[in-house]
Amino acid sequence: MTLLDVLIALPALGFLGVLFVPASSRDNIKHVALVLSLVIFVASLGLIGPTLAAGSARTFETDLPWIDTPAIRYHIGLDGLSLWLIILSTLLTPLCVLVSWKYIDHRVKEFYAFLLLLECGVIGVFAALDLFLFYVFWEVTLVPMYFLIGIWGHDRRIYATVKFFLYTMAGSVLMLVAIIWLYTKTGTFDYTVIQSLIAAGRVPMTALEQTLMFFAFFVAFAVKVPLWPLHTWLPDAHVEAPTAGSVMLASVLLKMGTYGIVRFCLPLFGNAAYQWRDWIAGLAIIGIIVGALVAMVQPNMKKLVAYSSVSHLGFVVLGVFSFTQQGLDGAVYQMLNHGVSTGALFMLVGFLYERRHSLEISSYGGVATVAPQLTTIFMITTLASIGLPLLNNFVGEFLVLQGVALHNFRWAVFAALGVILSACYMLWMFQRAFLGETPEEVEHHVHDINKRELAAILPLVVLMVWMGIATQMFLRPIGAANALILEQSKVGIEYQVKQGSSRQVAEVRHAR
Amino acid sequence: MPASFPTTVEYIRILPETILIIFGTLLMFLEGLAGEAHRRNTARIALVALVAAFAATIYAGMMPGPAFSDFLIVDKFATFFRMLVIVVGVLSVFTSSAYLIRENADSGEFYALVLFSISGQSLLATANELIMLFIGLEISSIATYILAGYLRDDKRNNESAIKYFLLGSFATAFLLYGVAMIYGAAGSTNLNEIRRVLVDPDAVTSPWMVGAAAALMFVGFAFKVSAAPFQSWTPDVYQGAPAPVTAFMSTGPKAAAFAVFLRVFSTAFSGMNESWEPIVWISALATMIIGNFAALTQSNIKRMLAYSSIAHAGYVMVAITAQSDVGVSAAMFYLAAYAFMNIGAFAIITHFARKGEQYVLVDDLAGLGLRQPATAALFSIFLLSLIGVPLTAGFFGKFYIFKAALDSKLVWLSVLGLLNSAVAAYYYLRIIVVMYFHEPSEAANSAIPPTPGIQFVLWGSAAATIILGVFPSLLLDFANQATVLASR
Repeated sequence: MTLLDVLIALPALGFLGVLFVPASSRDNIKHVALVLSLVIFVASLGLIGPTLAAGSARTFETDLPWIDTPAIRYHIGLDGLSLWLIILSTLLTPLCVLVSWKYIDHRVKEFYAFLLLLECGVIGVFAALDLFLFYVFWEVTLVPMYFLIGIWGHDRRIYATVKFFLYTMAGSVLMLVAIIWLYTKTGTFDYTVIQSLIAAGRVPMTALEQTLMFFAFFVAFAVKVPLWPLHTWLPDAHVEAPTAGSVMLASVLLKMGTYGIVRFCLPLFGNAAYQWRDWIAGLAIIGIIVGALVAMVQPNMKKLVAYSSVSHLGFVVLGVFSFTQQGLDGAVYQMLNHGVSTGALFMLVGFLYERRHSLEISSYGGVATVAPQLTTIFMITTLASIGLPLLNNFVGEFLVLQGVALHNFRWAVFAALGVILSACYMLWMFQRAFLGETPEEVEHHVHDINKRELAAILPLVVLMVWMGIATQMFLRPIGAANALILEQSKVGIEYQVKQGSSRQVAEVRHAR
Repeated sequence: MPASFPTTVEYIRILPETILIIFGTLLMFLEGLAGEAHRRNTARIALVALVAAFAATIYAGMMPGPAFSDFLIVDKFATFFRMLVIVVGVLSVFTSSAYLIRENADSGEFYALVLFSISGQSLLATANELIMLFIGLEISSIATYILAGYLRDDKRNNESAIKYFLLGSFATAFLLYGVAMIYGAAGSTNLNEIRRVLVDPDAVTSPWMVGAAAALMFVGFAFKVSAAPFQSWTPDVYQGAPAPVTAFMSTGPKAAAFAVFLRVFSTAFSGMNESWEPIVWISALATMIIGNFAALTQSNIKRMLAYSSIAHAGYVMVAITAQSDVGVSAAMFYLAAYAFMNIGAFAIITHFARKGEQYVLVDDLAGLGLRQPATAALFSIFLLSLIGVPLTAGFFGKFYIFKAALDSKLVWLSVLGLLNSAVAAYYYLRIIVVMYFHEPSEAANSAIPPTPGIQFVLWGSAAATIILGVFPSLLLDFANQATVLASR
C-alpha cells in the first residue's frame, strides 16, 4: 500500500466517518473535517520527493485486480502531470473547509461529508491508470458536486445543478462507449498497456475509428473544461454554488477535463488530435475571446469570474493543441495557476458576499477604505489573474503563447488579445468594487478580513508569488511528463516544427 | 420416445415448484380453516415456503439435467432465475405484509397467490418445451392478474387488473398461436428438437411458417417484458396496482419472461439469428426511447417508475440483440440488479404512500431528506443505481450490457442506448432534487418511520445494490457459467 492509496482511502473513510457522527455535534464535524483534510494535505506533500526524483517514470504505482471478467484493475500511479494537481486538490480541501466554517449553517454534516467524497473522487481521477477506474472516479465526483450545488447553493441552484449533472453525464457516456470499444480491441482497460499497444501499432484502427474514439473522449473532457460552445453549464453552476463549491469546481473539477485531454486524448489518439488541432484551437481561441468579452459586461462578480475561467481554460486547451513542449508545459502550469488564482478569486467574492449579501458589482464601491487588507489581497489576486510578471499566471501564459507562436503565429496573436482583455475586465471590476465612493451599506456591512479567512486565502497568495518566481521547481516534473506525452502522441505524426523553430526551442530550453 | 417412470432425481429437479405449490395450497386451506389469530402467521408461512424453495433450488442445482421426458431442464441458467424470482418473492412478502396490514386486507390468499405466481416463474426458468413454457406463463400470469386487482374495492386496482388481464391474455394467445405454428413446422415442441430441425435446411418445409411462428412468439414475449411496441399496457397497470404488487410485477414475472425469451431465442431459433436481429434491434431502441422520454414528464412516481421499467427492459433487449454468451450473462446480471434497486424503490413508495396510497406524486416526497435522512439516502442509492452511477449494481449492469453490444459490433445501438441513459438521469434526479432541495411537504412532515419489514427490504436491497456495484464478480461469474445453455 503506497502513500497514494492512503490519500485516496483517507477522504473516503472520512466521508463514512463524518456520516456516522451525530448531526447535532456540528463543531466536532467541522473540526474532524479540517484536521482530516489537513492531515491529507501534509501527507500528500510526501508525494513530491519521490516523483521529482523519478523524472518521467511513474511512482507510487499500485496494480491490483478488482474484477476478473472483464479484467478491471485497481491501477493507480503518479507522474509529474498528476503530482501538482493532486496536491492542489488536497490543499484546496482544507481551505474550503475554512471558507465554509461560518457560511454553511444547515446540514453541516452532509456538507463536509460530500466535500471529503469529492476530494476522494478527484484524487482518484488524477491517479487512475485504468480507464475503467478513471471512469468510475470521474463519475463519483459528479454526485457530491451535484449535492453541494443543489443543497447549499443560491436561488437557481436546482436548475444549475441538474444542468451540470446532465451535461457531464451526456459527455461521459460517450467516453464510456469509447472505453469499452478500446477494451474490445485490446482486451484490457489498463491505460499503460493500451498506450504501448497503440504505440506499437498493434491496435487495428482505421483513421475514421481513431477520429471517432478521439472525439468520444474529447467531448467528455471538453464539456468539463469547458470548451466553447459547451461551456453554458459553467456560469450557472458557479453562480449558484456555495463558495466552497465554486472553488472546488473552478480549481479542481475543470482541471479534470484538461488533464483528461493531456493524459488520454494525446497519447492514445495522437494522429486524430493532431489532425483536428486547427479546429480545436479555433474553438479555444473563440472561447478565450468570447469568454473575456462576456466577462467584461457581467454585472455579477461570480459570473464574471466564471466567464474568465472559460477564457483562461481556452489558453490551456490552446497550449495543449500547439503540440510543442512549451505549449504543453504552459498549459499544465496554467491549470495549476488557474486553480490557485481563480480559487482565490471565488473565495474573495465569497467573503464579500458573506458581508454584503450581494454578488452585484454595483452593490459595492470603495471597499478599499473599509477593508484595506481584503483589498490588498484582492489586488494581488487580480494582478496574478491578469498575468503580471513575477506572479504565477504570467509564466503559464507566456509559455503557452510561446509554444503556440512556434506552431502557428496567428493563433498567438489572437490568444494574446485575451490576455489584454483579461486585464480590462479584472481591473475594471476592481475599480468599480473597491475604489471610489463608499456607499452606506458597504460601510456598515463590509468589515476587514478575519483570521480564519486570512488562513484560508493566504496559502494561495503565497503560492501565486512562489509559483511566479520558483517556476523551475514546479515545471521540472511537469516538463518530464509532458516530454513523454509528446513523444507518445507523435506516433505516426510528421512533426512539423521547422528547423528555425527548433533552434529557438533549444534557446528557450537553455534559458529556462 | 419410450415411456418410463420418472426417477427420484427428476422429482428433486422440480422440488422448488412442488414446495411452492404445496405451501400455496396450504395457505388457502388455512385461510378458510384457521381463526383470525392464525391469519397473522400467513406471511411467515409464505416466507418458510420461499426459504425452503430456495434451499431446494440449490439442492436441485447440484444435480443438473433434464426431467420428465425433457419437459424441464435444470441447468445453471434455470437455477439463476429460480433463485432470482424466489429472492424477489421474499422481498415482496416483506413489503406486502406491511402494506396489507395497513390497508386492512391482510389475508392468506395474497401470499398463496404470490407463491403460485413464483412457482409459475420458477417453472418458466426451467421450461425446455413450449407446452411447459405456456403452462408456466399461465400460472405466473393468472396469479399476477389477481394480485394486480387485489384490493377489490379500489377502482384503480380494478382498472389495472382488467387491463392487465385482457391485454395479457391477448398476448398469450399470440404466443400460443406461435407455438402451434412452430409445432406444425418442426413437428415438436421441444426446444432442442426444434433447433435441430430448423438448422437443417432440408427439414424445414415452409420457412414462412417458421418466420411467422418466431414473430408471433416475439409478440408474446415482448408483451410480457413490456418491450416496444407492446409496452402500452405497462404504465396503467403499474400505476393502478398496489405498490408492492407493482414492485413484484416489474421484477419477478419480467425476469422470468426474459429468461424464456433468452432461452427460446438462443436455443430453438438460434439458427435464424440474423433474420430476427434487426427486429430486436429496433424494438430495443424504441423501448429505451419510449420509456425514457415518456418518464420525463410524469408526476406520479409509480407511473414514472413504470416508464422507467420499460426503459430498463429496453436495456435488456440490447443485451439480447447482442446474441452472445456475454449478452446473456449481461442480461442476467442486469435483471438481478434491476430487481434489487426497483424493489427497494417501490418499498419506499409503498411505505411513504400511506393508507389508500394517498402520496404517490413526486412532489409529495419534498423534504424527505430533512425529515427522514436514512430513508431518503437509501432511496437516493436506488435512484443513482437506476441512473447507472458507478459503484452501484445498475452501473455494472449497463456496463456489461453495452460491453456485450459493442463486442457484437452494435456501435450505434450502444451510443444511442447510453445517451438514453443520460436522458434518464434527468427524471431520476428529479426525485432526488425534490427530496433534498425542496422544503418539506405535508406528506414528508407526517411520514412515520418505516416498519421493520420495510426496513429489512430497504437495507437488504441497498446492501445488494452496493455490493454488486463494487464486487460484481460475485454474481457475474455465476451468470457467465450459466450462459452455456444445455443444448448449445
